[in-house]
Amino acid sequence: MLYSMKMMREMEHRIEKLYRQGKIVGGVFFGRGQEAISTGSAILTEAEDAVCPCHRDLAAFLIRGMEPWVIFAHYLGRRDGPTRGRDGNTHMGSLKHRIISYISSMAAIVPVANGVAFSFQYRKQPNVVLCYFGDGATSRGEWHEAMNYGAVFKLPIVYLCNNNKYAYSTPTQRQMAVAHITDRASGYGMPCRRVDGNDVLAVYEATQEAILQARSGGGPTLIECETFRMSGHSAHDGAEYVPKELFEEWAGKCPIARFEKVLRERGLLTAEEIARMYERIAEEIEQAVQRAEESPFPDAGELLDGVFADSQAKNPQAAASPAKGN
Amino acid sequence: MAERTYLEAIREGIWEEMERDGDVFLLGEDIGAYGGAFKVTAGMLEHFGERRIIDTPLAENAFLGAAIGAAIMGLRPIVELQFADFITTAYDQIVNYAAKARYRWGAGVPMVIRGPSGGGVHGGPFHSNNPEMPFVHTPGLKVVVPASAYDAKGLIKAAIRDPDPVLYFEHKLLYRRIKEEIPAGDYVVPLGQARIARVGRDVSVITYGAMVFVALEAAEVLAKEGIEAEVIDLRCLVPLDEEAVLASVRKTSRVILLHEDTMQGGFAGELAGRIAEKAFESLDAPLMRIASPDCPVPFSAPLEEAFLPNAKDVIEAARSLKAY
Repeated sequence: MLYSMKMMREMEHRIEKLYRQGKIVGGVFFGRGQEAISTGSAILTEAEDAVCPCHRDLAAFLIRGMEPWVIFAHYLGRRDGPTRGRDGNTHMGSLKHRIISYISSMAAIVPVANGVAFSFQYRKQPNVVLCYFGDGATSRGEWHEAMNYGAVFKLPIVYLCNNNKYAYSTPTQRQMAVAHITDRASGYGMPCRRVDGNDVLAVYEATQEAILQARSGGGPTLIECETFRMSGHSAHDGAEYVPKELFEEWAGKCPIARFEKVLRERGLLTAEEIARMYERIAEEIEQAVQRAEESPFPDAGELLDGVFADSQAKNPQAAASPAKGN
Repeated sequence: MAERTYLEAIREGIWEEMERDGDVFLLGEDIGAYGGAFKVTAGMLEHFGERRIIDTPLAENAFLGAAIGAAIMGLRPIVELQFADFITTAYDQIVNYAAKARYRWGAGVPMVIRGPSGGGVHGGPFHSNNPEMPFVHTPGLKVVVPASAYDAKGLIKAAIRDPDPVLYFEHKLLYRRIKEEIPAGDYVVPLGQARIARVGRDVSVITYGAMVFVALEAAEVLAKEGIEAEVIDLRCLVPLDEEAVLASVRKTSRVILLHEDTMQGGFAGELAGRIAEKAFESLDAPLMRIASPDCPVPFSAPLEEAFLPNAKDVIEAARSLKAY
């Protein structure tokens, strides 16, 4: 889990650098300070489970097996990315990894995630879906409809909210009149948990319990992970609207530093071992960036491929379609 | 052969596909015990059970999204909208998720969204719309508009078997008014093949849905005056059988583009553009569009009657084209 969190942190630093260099175009979004949430949850998935990560959940992509160089290729708009240059930033999906792509209209993924969970229920497969979103997404009608729907049908799904206190520039008190995201759960007759989202073990423990319930037919759980967005909404946003003291306060709660300390104190890893792991991550990232930059840009002749099935060229990331059930 | 109404033909098509493929299931409001607002799914709950005939909460985003997720995982959902008008409440799911998933990341969405559209039954502004155009304009979606019982069955089967999202707009006026002998067993009407509903040489009336019958009614009258109208039933707007359209234009050289949807931004404009680009030199007269005026569908009988295109409109247009 330390590896995943650190890899996410450092990849996002590298992505930001590539963005500032003008090599990555468009918008880029980070989960800086929120690495414990996607890590402590996605690590619990089994091969046939599915995840629906959002833009602050890069570790979920890594844990599901999407390789760093493929992710860099995606950000760089190259052919070897999972969308072959058709989409950017964290809009990545891959059926073979059971990563279901979210879209920009926040919360639109939640009804779709329900449908993935429904397919497991319909085929009597013992699998679950982890569905991620932020505090802002819980203001949308699609979210409320989907929470109600998931509870009514007792779908095998876990809803994971990263409450990072800001939806772009709008603080949570302008998004909702309730104090916590979990206050919403009773409206759907759904169990909920609120955890310290910067404590990877707390996220792990809460998700484990929710997955167990979902897998055994007990239906969904809403987990609120309290955290803080240690960056702007995206790389172009300086987040001047966030009081400096909040950044300072939450910097002291860094999930990576906290987990390092736990591992050291319990004698599971030495400071030297951690340093070696981080060196390895730095090397892996440089190799991944190099390989991604060697990947070709898509050819303009591919422009219309895949609007419909009869014009779909082979997409290696998407090739494996889910197994037929029953 | 068996005599079936348009509505029965839709039901029979869905029924046969559900018997054929265990991955096909239905989602929608009041489709189970109640059998759907128009009874298209009557009897299905008893036969297929709750696992496959699923009544949902009143939440179009939720059940359309659920269908999309299930389709991505390889199931074959059919979503019933109680009225096609309500499709606007789930626009994001259809246009931003379903339509773009294959193009973005190779995830096919083999689903059918079907529902009753169209006016003529005094349904008022929220139960009478023809909402096809936003979806025609969205790359990645197919749009089917059956006019006959034969096509209703053959096209719903093709839609269910299609690997991409298909919007299947039934015309509620036709549900019980149309009755035909159709083949009892399995047959498919491929998407993207128009039909010549009546052969003619003087003027082409290119249309779809319930307006096919308005065109045929007009053609009967025109024939007595010596004007032979050819009626093209498009069956599908996407994919469009452009060749069938152009072939008829080249044959008659006079064209009426007719639809029940409102004029501005309607499908007639799309057809006019294609004909102007590809068959301009075949035309002996200007293109004529006949559509509902640009206002909401009104409730009261005299207003709705004034709103909907009718045979008289087509007859007058054909006469003026012939005289041009």
